Formats: sequence, C-alpha cells, structure tokens
Amino acid sequence: MGSYIPSAKSERQEMLKTAGFSKMEDLFSHIPQEVLLKNGLNIPEGMSEMEVNRTMSEIAGKNKIFSSIFRGAGAYDHYIPSIVKSVTSKEEFLTSYTPYQAEISQGVLQSIFEYQTMICELTGMDVSNASVYDGATAAAEAAAMCRERSRNITYVSAACNPEVIRTMKTYCFASDTELVIVPVKDGVTDLSSIEGNLDAKTTACLYIEQPNYYGQMENIEKAAEIIHAAKGKLIVGCNPISLGIVKTPAECGADIAVGEGQPLGMPLAFGGPYLGFMAAKSAMTRKLPGRIVGETVDIDGKRAFVLTLQAREQHIRREKASSNICSNQALCAMTAAVYLSAMGKEGLEKAAVLSMSKAHYLAEKLSEIKGFELKYKGEFFHEFVMTCPICPCTLMAELEKHGILGGLPLDDENKGSILWCCTEKNTKADIDNMVEIIKEVAAR
Amino acid sequence: MKLIFERSHEGRGCSILPECDVPVVSVSSANKREQPLHLPQLSENDLSRHYTELMKHTHGVNDGFYPLGSCTMKYNPKVNEEIAALPGFTKIHPLQPSETAQGSLEVLHKAEEFLCEITGMDNMTFQPAAGAHGEYTGLLLIKAYHEARNDKKRNKIIVPDSAHGTNPASAAMAGFEIVNVTSSPDGCVDVEKLKEVVGDDTAGLMLTNPNTVGLFDKNILEITKIIHEAGGLCYYDGANLNAVMGIVRPGDMGFDVIHLNLHKTFSTPHGGGGPGSGPVGCKKILTPFLPTPVVVKENDKYRLDYDRPQTIGTVKHFYGNFLVVVKALSYILTLGKEGIPEAAQNAVLNCNYLMNKLKDVYNMAFDEGCMHEFVMTISNLKKDKDVSAMDIAKALLDNGIHPPTMYFPLIVEEALMVEPTETESKETLDEASDVFHKIYEEAIANPSALHEAPVSTSVRRLDEVNAARNPHLRYEF
Repeated sequence: MGSYIPSAKSERQEMLKTAGFSKMEDLFSHIPQEVLLKNGLNIPEGMSEMEVNRTMSEIAGKNKIFSSIFRGAGAYDHYIPSIVKSVTSKEEFLTSYTPYQAEISQGVLQSIFEYQTMICELTGMDVSNASVYDGATAAAEAAAMCRERSRNITYVSAACNPEVIRTMKTYCFASDTELVIVPVKDGVTDLSSIEGNLDAKTTACLYIEQPNYYGQMENIEKAAEIIHAAKGKLIVGCNPISLGIVKTPAECGADIAVGEGQPLGMPLAFGGPYLGFMAAKSAMTRKLPGRIVGETVDIDGKRAFVLTLQAREQHIRREKASSNICSNQALCAMTAAVYLSAMGKEGLEKAAVLSMSKAHYLAEKLSEIKGFELKYKGEFFHEFVMTCPICPCTLMAELEKHGILGGLPLDDENKGSILWCCTEKNTKADIDNMVEIIKEVAAR
Repeated sequence: MKLIFERSHEGRGCSILPECDVPVVSVSSANKREQPLHLPQLSENDLSRHYTELMKHTHGVNDGFYPLGSCTMKYNPKVNEEIAALPGFTKIHPLQPSETAQGSLEVLHKAEEFLCEITGMDNMTFQPAAGAHGEYTGLLLIKAYHEARNDKKRNKIIVPDSAHGTNPASAAMAGFEIVNVTSSPDGCVDVEKLKEVVGDDTAGLMLTNPNTVGLFDKNILEITKIIHEAGGLCYYDGANLNAVMGIVRPGDMGFDVIHLNLHKTFSTPHGGGGPGSGPVGCKKILTPFLPTPVVVKENDKYRLDYDRPQTIGTVKHFYGNFLVVVKALSYILTLGKEGIPEAAQNAVLNCNYLMNKLKDVYNMAFDEGCMHEFVMTISNLKKDKDVSAMDIAKALLDNGIHPPTMYFPLIVEEALMVEPTETESKETLDEASDVFHKIYEEAIANPSALHEAPVSTSVRRLDEVNAARNPHLRYEF
C-alpha cells in the first residue's frame, strides 16, 4: 500500500503518548461507537506508485486520441505554447491556496492582477474578477448580478450553447426566477421577436453569445439597444480567441462580458478544468462574484497586491453575499495569462485569423461535395453548420477510422446537419485529406 | 517586482504559430475590433523569468508547513500530476463519442464507486467544480426532492453558527431561507434549540462534521433523527472528511447528501485558489434529481445518460473538473482500504500532538480531544498585551510558516484554526511548536515587536482599507 505519512510506527507511538493516548483507536473514542466502521472499507488494497502509474496509464489507454479534430461546440483544440505548461506546473503555484496571507503571496496576487488586466483588455470592459468555474457558470452568475427584486426575468438567446442554457436554467430554478428563451431565425437570435416587447419593470437581462453556438456572428449592438430600452443589462458570452479580431463586448454596449476561457491554453481534458472569465462595467464592480485582487501599498509605501472588496463575499456576508464562490479556477486563470503573454496581440490575432480562415476553407471545400451546404448565410467565425446528405453517424465512424474527430452531429432542429470547427491546428493538408475521405464516403 | 506590462517592449514576442496555408479570411468591417488591445510583448526568456520571480514570492505546501485550518493543505503527490498529464486524458474532447472515451468514463465511474463506499452514499456526481458549488448542487437536490413530493412549504435550511460561510451563502443562492442555530458551550449543536426551530417548513440541515472547532458532534445521530422526523433531509459538509474517512461514513449516520473537496481530502493541489472539485454524493431517494449526464455502466461498457426526467439540470458545462478527479482516483488507488483510514488516524494524531504541545501557553477554544484541527483563542493576549490573532499570524510569516486560518470560526474570539494534516513529520510539528512558543514569549516580553511583523517578507502589512475604498483593479496603460 502507498502512503504519504512521514512518521515511522515507533514515532507514532511516541506522539500518541505525548498527546495522552495509548492507542490509535483512542483518538476516536468520543465518536458514537455504533457508527464506527467495523470491517473497514470495501475498496481495493493500496498500491505502490509504480502499480498506480501502470493502472491509470492502462485506463488512459482506453481513450482514443484523435490526431485531427474538427469538433468544437464549447471545447476548442488550440495550440498550447510550451511555456504555458512549464509555468503552470511550478510547485509553488500548484500547491499554494487562495492568497489570504498577502505578505507571502505576492506572486500569486500579482499574477491575478495581471490576469484581470488582460481580461479587461480582451473584452474592453472596466473590471474583471479572478475567475469563476467555467463559461456556463459565468453566464449564470452574470444573470444573477442583473436581478433585483421584481426585475428578475432572464432572457437567453436560443442560439447559445445548449449546455450553457441548461446551466442558466438550473440556476434560475434555484433562485425561483424566470428564464425566457428568445427564438432563433436563420441561425441568429431573432431580436425582432423581443424588440419593443420587453417589460421595463421585470426585465433583468439578455444573454447572447458572439459568435453563437452555430458559429454565426450576432448583431450585438442591436441586442444592446433593445435590452437597454427596457432598462435591462446585456451579457455577452464571447469566444476569447475571436476577441483578437472581433469587436469587443464593450464596443457593442455590453454591461457584462463572460466566456469560456479554455481556448486560452487549457487542454481539452474531457471537459475540465476550464476557466470562466467575467468582466463588467465599473458600475457593477460590487456585484461581481468571487475573488478580486486590487493594488495597494504596504506600511513602507511599497506597491503590493491584496484580495479586496471582500465585503461582497461569503466569508464576510454569509447569506447576503453576491455569490457563494470560494475556490475558483486560479491556476487556469494563470494559464490564460501566460497564454496571452506568450501570444501577445499579434499572436492572438493570428490564432483568430488562422482559425477563421481554415474554417472558411473547410466550408468551401465541403460545399463542393453534393448535398453539403452551409445552413446559414451570415458571417461566421471558426464554426459553421452544414447539411449532410448521408447519416452523420456513418460519416463520423468513417472519419474515426482515419483518426479524425469530425464535426458534431446536431440533435436540435438542425438534426441531420453537422457543426464543424477549425482552429490553427488544422493544416491545409489535414483539411484536404478529410475532404477526400468524405467525398469517397458520399460517393458510395 | 515589475508587472508583466512594465517588462513589455513594442516589437518583442514569442514565435508560436505558423503562417496561414489557406486563403486568409478575416471579419467584416461591421464586426471588426477597433478598440486597442494591450497584451504583453516579451521574449520567451523574459516571460519565463517573470513567472519565476512570481513563483519565488509564493508560499506553497512544498515551501513549508501550511496549517491553514479547514483547507487540508496536505502533500500533493507528484505521480498524480504525471498521470493527469497523460495525453490519454488531456487530449480527449468532451464531446467525442462515448465509445472512444471509455477510459475517461471509467475514471468517473470508479471514482464514484470508491467515494460512495467511503461516504456511505449510493450515487455521486462530479459536475460541481468546488466545495461551494457542491453545496449548491446538494441543496438543489433537496429542493427538487421536496418539490417532486409537492411539499412546497419547505423553504428553510438550518445552519449551525459554526458553519463555513459558504453554507448560508449556498443555501441563499438555492432559494432557501436560512435559520441559524447556536452552538452549546461544548462546541456542538445545541440540540434543544434545534428541536425548537424544526418544523414542517424545514427543508434540511447543513452540518459540517467534524465541525469548525475541530470536534466530532457527539449528538450527531440525534441531530439527523430530529431533522428526519420533521420531514427534512440532512446535508453533510464534507470539507473536513480527512478526519473521519475510513473511520465512519456520513451515510451511516443519517445523512442523505454530501459534498467532498477532492482538493482537500483527496490530495489534489489547490492551485493558488483552484481548480478544485466538489463532487456530491447522495442516497437513492435523491438519485433521480442528480445533474446530467450520469455515467452508466452496462455490459462492461460505459455511457453517458441524459435521459433523467427529474434531473435538476446541469450545474456546469460537461462533467466537472475531470483532471482533478483523475488525480483523486490515483490517490485513492495508492492509499487503498488500509491507507485511507490510516491517513485519517494520522491527521487526528498530528493534530492532537501539536495541540498538546501548545496548550501550556496557548488557550484552546475547546480543550478536549480534537479531530483534524483545533482552534486557539488569543483573547487573553489581546486583553493583556494587545497582541491579536493577526499579530501571531504575521509573526509566523517571519518564521517560514503559513499562518493558520484567522478569525474563524466566528464563534471564537481572536481565533486561530490549525490543521496540520497527516503528511507532516514529528520534526515539523516540533519545530512549529518551538516557533509558536518563541512568538508567545515575545508577545509577553515585547508585544510591540509583534505589531511590526512581518519584517522579512517581500512586502509588509498592507493597507487593505485603502485597497477597498479606492479600488485599483487593473493596470492602466
């Protein structure tokens, strides 16, 4: 059996004696004896490190690693610079906790301050928190920031990622508030359906994604105009890579910008850990959930950083806190900051342009095959929906044989169509190769 | 230390991506970003050195003793990191077909099986990303349970005053009213007061056990009975499970739902504040309400089941902080059936040992057998010498020890909450004891010196008031 306990058996006896006990069992003598486990746990015996390594590697081996990925839908296969992994695996960053003791945590605190600055820059907003769990919970927490008393209806575009919508629904079930879905038309939010129809007394906010689930670009400025006319807030869920080239939420009039930060240097990792980023206009600063780091000075006047505005938080406000969040995704936030620093403005722009260009190239090549047509005619970023003349499952199975993870077969009103995605990792050769395979399958 | 933006120079950078090998397409002018974008421009060497400098100004478990109460800062085994970095785990798309992700599903299924056995629960979800997120999820299960029975009056959650701040905050987010119950002088829940507050509006009770003063509630069986007889459900805050794993099981003590903190009890690192993992286990009566998808095993194959009509929905995208679960599973496999209770025993032993070494000069809030943590009160020193819990904590910084949790629990004045964990050696505890004694002597002889502490850290005490009053939350270009 493996163990990480340093003290030898003889030392334990000595320590027991010092502490006033004669045997280990005595340490638990004040527990109701009838609930003590009599026969131990029914789990396997412990293993040596070598055996654990082997066992877990065998389990990992049961997963299939695709050499080429054309699937996104909320998790994106971008290139991760080597420096990112090198920095974030440093033991100090890995093994510290929330920097409550600022004097010995300046490294972590400063890294969060830098992260907050980068998220503000990326989104164009005034203030960012230190992270939340992921893009879906960021959207749900942002909606909670906008509710006050009777102003409690959350509008959500049906063109958003369905799992984000489901998460927001669960959070609304919790807070006993209403969530209203705004319909889709031609692959984008049908804003005309709510224009002029929103009640200025009960409307809290509208959540919309840019680009949306189908990869389409939305008219965010129009959405801002409509929701602001009803005195509600606009929350924009954005793809952080796209912000290298796409108009920022701030430019479009958003009050809160949120998003899934996974594309910023985090591996696919079967869905997590990822990163929820969240930034807002300064008027909403004190409604933000979670940790926030601020700059201050120490008693010698030296610049220093500290967790601040804690009067919003659960350990001070208990049931009146702006959120219950305590642990967040700090190391993922650092990952994003290192990624953005390694890429720089030009690198991020390049990742965006490459992803968008390759998606357009793939769309064009696929369109040459009979029965493959773009479902929507609007502008798209790095994802697009395309019809498929054959059963999507058959096609995916064929691609799988070649080590290719094809697009995501859709299951909503687009059943039979596929949501494709490209990133800078998809080379022209890979795309051409896949298109050839699809041509063959389609010709059968 | 310079900020990364202060190290940036126009024209510098790293070379990461290749040139475009297909016709270039970019956004239309209507959607084009006009706002300037300031990101650091650094060579890879400068970038690497920047973070190395930040690293040197960060105290991790690897740097020294870290007895931060209620946070279980135990050693984080390296093999777990290596396993979680295997391409067979990191390169798996969450939406790839289940047949191609059998390894990932096996991880979730095995972790569920083992942790259900350890907690005495029937099923578990790994979707919650942290302890507080788990609390919220567990409370939603309770909410959905009562609603499904059309029992609509039950809108109150009972929370003892010794609870973590996240308990009442989570209950409020889940739409409940909070009823506080006070503790008895012995540090346990006041059973008579509990009987007074329960009723047909009781949805449930949240209990942290061992509680935040490090005591196992001796009335635990009576407490869960009172709640059940009133028609409520019992929630076990498993943040402190390290004290009891393999010794007792919450499911055997009348609890219906529990959350765990894999980043505390099951050794996954805390990452400077996250990512953690807050799985929620429950009894069969709550299983239908678990978030979806649920991992199901059929004929030796795993699949994701979304078809759960009574589910509360989804609390997070995909299946939780998966790689954290991988690390926790590796840890459980390492310790196994003997190692799990042994870790708990030694966590309790280390705690009692250190408490006994300190109680000649420090006052213990509750001077009896503690579990994994104990709480000292500095109120006498405060009264006699004007030396506060904060002063003691800051003096520890000068001695290379991360301070205990300060001013918590709220029911103890000038509290310092100490959790040594089982992965500290006798020497470390002896040295810590010497440091605590040295600081105590200084507090008596020269109290003003402690007000000055720390003196050896890269910055000294901070102006926190000004930080909150005039928030400066980003670098201005």
